[in-house]
Amino acid sequence: MAGGAGGGETIMVAQDAHDPHGNDPHGHAIHAHAAPTSFIRKYIFSLDHKVIGLQYYFLALTAVFVGMFLSLLMRIHMIWPTANLPLLGHIQPETYLSLLTMHGTIMVFFVLTTAPQGGFGNYFLPIQIGAPDMAFPVLNMLSFWTTFIAFVVILAAFFVTGGAPLHGWTGYAPLSALPSAGPGEQLGADLWIASIAIFCVASLMGALNFITTTLDLRAKGMTMMRMPLTVWAWFITAILGLLAFGVLLSAGILLLLDRNLGTSFYVPLVVVNGQIMGHKGGSPLLWQHLFWFFGHPEVYIAILPGMGVASQLLSTFSRKPIFGYKAMVYAIMGIGFLGFMVWGHHMFMSGMSPYSAFAFSIMTMAIGVPSAIKTFNWLGTIRGGRVRFQTPMLYAIGFVSLFVSGGLSGPFLAQPVLDIPLHDTAFVVGHFHLIMGVAAIFGMFAATYYWFPKMFGRMMNERWGRIHFFLTLAGTYAIFMPMHYLGMAGQPRRYSQFTELAYLQHLIPLNTFMTYAAFVTIGAQLIFVINLFWSMFKGPKANDNPWEATTLEWTTATPPPHDNFGGKTPVVYHGPYEYSVPGAPKDYVMQTDPATVSSH
Amino acid sequence: MGETPRDSRRDGGATKKRAGESPAATQSGHIDMATLSTTVTITDPVIKDPKTGRGSGGTHPPVPGGGGGDRGGSGSSDPSERLRRTRLGLIVGLVASSMLFVSFTSVYIMRRGLPTLDDRTGGYVRDWLQVSLPTTLLLVNTLLLLLSSITVELARRQITRQAALAPVQSIPGVSIGKERNFPWLGATVALGLSFLTGQWMAWRELGNRGFYLATSPSSSMVYVLTAAHAIHLAGGLLVLLYAGATALRHKPVEDRRIVVDVTAWYWHFMALVWLYIFALLEFVR
Repeated sequence: MAGGAGGGETIMVAQDAHDPHGNDPHGHAIHAHAAPTSFIRKYIFSLDHKVIGLQYYFLALTAVFVGMFLSLLMRIHMIWPTANLPLLGHIQPETYLSLLTMHGTIMVFFVLTTAPQGGFGNYFLPIQIGAPDMAFPVLNMLSFWTTFIAFVVILAAFFVTGGAPLHGWTGYAPLSALPSAGPGEQLGADLWIASIAIFCVASLMGALNFITTTLDLRAKGMTMMRMPLTVWAWFITAILGLLAFGVLLSAGILLLLDRNLGTSFYVPLVVVNGQIMGHKGGSPLLWQHLFWFFGHPEVYIAILPGMGVASQLLSTFSRKPIFGYKAMVYAIMGIGFLGFMVWGHHMFMSGMSPYSAFAFSIMTMAIGVPSAIKTFNWLGTIRGGRVRFQTPMLYAIGFVSLFVSGGLSGPFLAQPVLDIPLHDTAFVVGHFHLIMGVAAIFGMFAATYYWFPKMFGRMMNERWGRIHFFLTLAGTYAIFMPMHYLGMAGQPRRYSQFTELAYLQHLIPLNTFMTYAAFVTIGAQLIFVINLFWSMFKGPKANDNPWEATTLEWTTATPPPHDNFGGKTPVVYHGPYEYSVPGAPKDYVMQTDPATVSSH
Repeated sequence: MGETPRDSRRDGGATKKRAGESPAATQSGHIDMATLSTTVTITDPVIKDPKTGRGSGGTHPPVPGGGGGDRGGSGSSDPSERLRRTRLGLIVGLVASSMLFVSFTSVYIMRRGLPTLDDRTGGYVRDWLQVSLPTTLLLVNTLLLLLSSITVELARRQITRQAALAPVQSIPGVSIGKERNFPWLGATVALGLSFLTGQWMAWRELGNRGFYLATSPSSSMVYVLTAAHAIHLAGGLLVLLYAGATALRHKPVEDRRIVVDVTAWYWHFMALVWLYIFALLEFVR
C-alpha cells in the first residue's frame, strides 16, 4: 500500500522547471486559468474539470433519489392500487403514467447519462491521459450548467397545471404531440420536451469537449493504445453522443412545432374526444425512427463507461493485465458502431416490413459478438489472478454478473417472433433494467468506491461498502429477475392497475415480493449515502495510490491539485495494465515509470 | 496469462520492439525477462520511448472547417497548439451540427413520401404541396452569403498576417510600415446581417404567397431548414462581433486570431450548408 504513494512522487518527470504558480520560464501560463480564489468561481461556476465532474456527480445523485422515489410509488401502487398515501393521496391512473414517464426520463438522462460520462469522465479522463484540464474549460462549465437547467425544467413539469407528462420516456407521438390527449400532456409535456432539448445541447457540448481532449491533450507517450480502457469507453461514448443527440434535438424541435404551431410531422388525422385535431398526414413512425436512432445509442452511452470501469477494476484487483487489451478496444468500437444499426429492433411492433425487421434482428444479434468478447475477456482477466475482493472489485464483478444476466435476454427480444408477444410485457422491463439500469449503476458504484480516495482524500468504509453491495445485488436481482417470469406469464407493462384481472391474480404474491424487495434495496442505498458523506469527513486518510494501480491519476497528489499534476507534465512509458510484470520490483508498474523493461 | 498482448507500441518512434527471438539485443541484466515472456520490449533507458501523444499533432493539415464551439481557454500556452485544438473542436462540433441537418433531411425525404388519408374522399392523397420559393430573392441572398464568405476569408488572412508580424513589431526600433487594414470583419458582419434580413424577407414573401409554417409539410420544412441555418449563422455573427469587441479592448492579437480563424471556417461551412439547403428545397420539391 505504502509503495504507491512513494512511487507516484519519484516517477513524475518534469520537463521544465516551473515556478509554483504554474508558469514556465517564458511567461506562458501552463494552465489556461489560474486557480480561483472566490467561492463562486471555485465551487459554483468553476472551470476546473474536477469540480465540474463532482457537480455532475451530485446532480446525478440527487436525480437518482428522485427517480427511485418515483419507482417506489409505482411499486406501491401496483400492489395497493387503492392505498391513500400520506401527502400524495390516491394515485390516479394518469398519475401512475406520469410517475412512469418521469422515472424513466430522469433515470436515463439525468443519472445514466450524467454520472458515468459527465461525472467520472469529466473528473478522470483528463487526469488519466495526463492533461491539465479539458480542452475547452468554459464550454465544460456551460455544459454542466445547461444540464442543470434541463433538470430544473423537467422537475418543473411536476408542478404545472395538469402535472407531468404521460407519454413515457420514449415520448411516442401522437400522445406526446397532442396537448388535449391527457392532463399531463399540456404544459408538462412542453417542459419535458424543452428539458430534453436543453439536455441534448448540453450533451453535445460535453461530447465535443471529450473528443477534442482525448485526441489532442494526451501526455507525451500516451498513445491511443496506451489509454486506459476507461478513457476508451468515455471517448467512444462521446462519439455516440455527438452523433445521436443532434438527431434527438431535431426530433424534439419538430415535436414542439407539432404541439404548438400546428405542423403535422408526427400527427396523422386524429380524433380526440370526438374532435378532429386539425393535423393531417404526419407519421408517428417518423418520431419512432428519429427517437430510436438516438435511443439505442443512448443505451450504450449509459453502459459503455461502466464497461470501461469494470475492465479497469477487474485488472487492478486481480493484479493481472487486462485479458486482450486490443480486443477490448475493438469490442467497444464494435458495440458503438453496431449501436447505430439496430434502432429498428425497438419498433418490431410498429408493423415494419418483415425484411427490415429481419435486417435489424441480424444486426442486433451481431452485438452479441463484441459483448461476448468483453465478457470472456473479463473472466479471463480474473482467472488465475490474486484477486483482492475489496468493495470496488465486488461492484465490478457485480457489473459483469448483471451485464450477463440482463444481456442474455437481449437475443430473445432481438427476434421479432419472440419480441412481438413479449414487447409490451414486464419481460422487457426486466431486460433493460438489468442491463441498462442496474448494470450501469453498478459501474457507477464501482467507480465511486474506487475513485473516492482520489477525489476526497479519504477511504470509504469497507465493511459498510460490502453490506451495501450484497444488499443491492440481492435486492436488484429480486426486483428485476421475476419481471422476466411475469412478462412470460403475460403481465403487461405500463398498466397502472392489474390487480382486478383474473388471469393475473396468481402473480400478485410475486409482485408483492418485488415491492418489498424494492423497499429493502432503496433502503440499502441510504447506507451508501451515509457512507459517502461520512467518509468524506471522517474516513481514514488515503495515500496517493491506495489500490496500487498503475494509471496516471494515482501518480498525482490526493486530491489532485488544480492543474492535476502540480505544474509537472507526466510522461508515459507503459500501457495501463502492467500488473505482475516478471522481474519488476513491485507487482505493478506505473504508466509513468521509466523502467527499462516491460513485458509485452 | 502473463503473455497477453498488452499495448501497442509499434508506432513508437524510438521504441525498439524485438520479438523474444533476439535475446542478443536484450540489455544485460534483463535476459531472464526474455525467457519469461514471449515478447519483450526493450526501451532505451531514459526518455526516448515516449512519443508525443498528439498523434498527427503538429502536422495537422489546415483542415477545411475550423473551430466554433469553444469560447474558453485551453490547457496550453502555445498559440499554434491552441489554434489547432480549437480547429479540431470546431470539426467535432460541425459533425454534431451536420447530424441536425442530416436528421432534418431524412424527415424531409420521408415526410415527402408519406400518403395521407383524405377525410372527404376516404382515399390516400399526398399533402406535400409544391412551395413556390421566392427564388430570385434567395439567389440574391446566396450571393450575399458567398460574398461574406470571401470577406471573412480575407479577414482571416489579415489577422493571420498580423499575428505573424506581432512579435516582430514588438522589437524596439523595428517598423514594418503601416499596413492598410480594411475592416473585413465589419464587412462580413454587414453582409451576414444582410443575408439574415434577406431570409426574413423571403419568409415574408412566402407568407404573401400563402405558405405558412403549418400550411403543408413542405412549407414547414422550408421554415425549419432556413431557420435552423439562420440560427447557426446568427451564432457565427455573435462570435465575429465578440472578436471585434476584443479588438477594441486590445486583447492579444493571437487570441483574436484563433476566434476569427475558427469562425471563418465555421462561416464557410455554413455557406456550404446553405447551398445544400437551397438545392434541396429547389430540386427536391
